[in-house]
Amino acid sequence: MQFDYFQMVDRLEALDLEAREIRCRAEVPETSTVFEGHFPGHPIVPGVLLIEAMAQTSGYLLLALSAYERMPFLAGIKEAKLRSFVRPATVMSVTAKVEHEGSGFWVTEARCEVGGRPVADAQIMLRSLPYPSETMRRTLRQFADRIGMP
Amino acid sequence: MSATFDSVADIINEVCSIDRAKITPESHTIDDLGIDSLDFLDVTFAIDKRFGIKMPVERWMQEINEGRSKVDDYFVLKNLCLRIDELIAARPA
Repeated sequence: MQFDYFQMVDRLEALDLEAREIRCRAEVPETSTVFEGHFPGHPIVPGVLLIEAMAQTSGYLLLALSAYERMPFLAGIKEAKLRSFVRPATVMSVTAKVEHEGSGFWVTEARCEVGGRPVADAQIMLRSLPYPSETMRRTLRQFADRIGMP
Repeated sequence: MSATFDSVADIINEVCSIDRAKITPESHTIDDLGIDSLDFLDVTFAIDKRFGIKMPVERWMQEINEGRSKVDDYFVLKNLCLRIDELIAARPA
């Protein structure tokens, strides 16, 4: 996870387009200025960043399902549960599965796990829109390449 | 249409926290009920799931933007319910 660049996903581990599900690896950094504030003497990953990891994992799934033709933007989060603290240098497995494909939007069920144990989960809604710019489309493709997306 | 309207009205009441008594077949989702685009996404999701359909909202918006349809054709509830009934009837068995 590169907090400074807001990239929460490190590596694709599994992608099943037929089942419409994805699994990614996200390794929490050992040190970060984020931990200096959250919290002194008790560094833990902010819940919003766990949600962002689930949203980004969902986003990569939807990019693949739309053949990178449309950009998924986070639109809503429901029933988010932050079940355990996640500490520095923890390796997480982040999964997402399509719950519903609507007209111009998707809904996924996403989860963060550590050692097979759920630490966070949520229902994620994303709007599917045309790319606002060619630069963004190219950059998203580079991000996808970085994590090993096909 | 009545059963469809009741279901849609219940969904709007639950999703948008709008007083059920204010939701009538003549209600305009935007002008009368004040449902914004994000809330309408939630309503659409709930309707899609409840009825096992996929409301083609993007296509409807394109028709409106191109002048081939009017906003009221889709966003006045009695008309929206007619569209839902059509989609239900067109579902594969």
